[in-house]
Amino acid sequence: MVDDAGLQRRAVVAQLMSIRGDALVITGLGSPTYDVHACGDRDDNYYLWGAMGSAALTGLGLAQAQPGKRVIVITGDGEQLMALGSLATISVAAPGNLDIVVLDNQHYGETGMQSSHTAMGVDIAAVAQACGFADSGSVTLQKELDLLCEWLQNHQPAGPRLYVVKINADNPPRSMPPRDATFIKNRFRQHLGLLPN
Amino acid sequence: MATTEAALNQGWPVAVYQSLKTIGVGQVSYVPDAGHTRLIELFTADEEVASNVLTTEEEGIAIGVGAWLGGMRSVLLMQSSGVGNCINMLSLPVLTQSPLLMLVTMRGEWNEFNPWQMPMSQATQASLEAIGVTVFRADNEEMLVAMVEQAASMAFGADQQVAVLISQRMLGKKKW
Repeated sequence: MVDDAGLQRRAVVAQLMSIRGDALVITGLGSPTYDVHACGDRDDNYYLWGAMGSAALTGLGLAQAQPGKRVIVITGDGEQLMALGSLATISVAAPGNLDIVVLDNQHYGETGMQSSHTAMGVDIAAVAQACGFADSGSVTLQKELDLLCEWLQNHQPAGPRLYVVKINADNPPRSMPPRDATFIKNRFRQHLGLLPN
Repeated sequence: MATTEAALNQGWPVAVYQSLKTIGVGQVSYVPDAGHTRLIELFTADEEVASNVLTTEEEGIAIGVGAWLGGMRSVLLMQSSGVGNCINMLSLPVLTQSPLLMLVTMRGEWNEFNPWQMPMSQATQASLEAIGVTVFRADNEEMLVAMVEQAASMAFGADQQVAVLISQRMLGKKKW
């Protein structure tokens, strides 16, 4: 079975990005930033290189500012674990245009592949569900990812959604967007028709 | 300003709320705090404003940066003990040169009964300045309203990261 080989992070993110349409994308620091950049640099990507724990919350702020747009956060298990409480905050805020995808390799890939809490039983999708997300779940097989992509395209949720995608713990070559945070910010805002000060 | 005087007669929270509405603030994030009680009530009752109750203060830093990415102006309310939770997250608005407006009610500086408030109180201004946030301090209500207005102008007009500290002596005059 091909599925037994496990999902590859770059292929997962490429599949998710292929159905994004005009959604705005925020990426969590480390590999998720490289994965999204590897699909092609875009003005409507906002790449984080630091501020660990900020990705989903930056997505919340953006979703509230742009209620007519879908916002997708692509982040990692370690990054989301640092802001576990944010899932309570996001659930209470209840934006219907925010999707969070946690690429879960159960390791801290940037720091030497130490095991994360998800390797020892912590289930981030279950936390999101307990917080009251409109929908959440985990994906480990290709056919499940296909179903998730179909679901994301065809359902309008009443609140925020979070999906954990279990991926292999490998480190593909880095694909690095600019580290100039102000440039990325201004480029993103310009895409939305907002001018710099 | 006559309108500010009229608003101040209803207490500083009403005056600050009206000023922030005039400036175009569309989002507020807060960790509940006694000193901010009235201001939180005013914002959460306002259907034009997106309100976020936080589990910890640094969440509001990222939410505010996200709002600015999408063209919305945000304000963050907390007490001084919460500033310590924010330090690394403050690298986000500092590095991206995104507006940040924090209103911080001070504890541990005037008639404080709880010694646990003291260490972070003493470190509040120093730690904000260490990470690159500009700090103002208001000791009376009239000064506070003017300071919030100019701090908002610096934040949203000049991409600055600004905190306004509200003195416990001033807050202490109120019953809360």
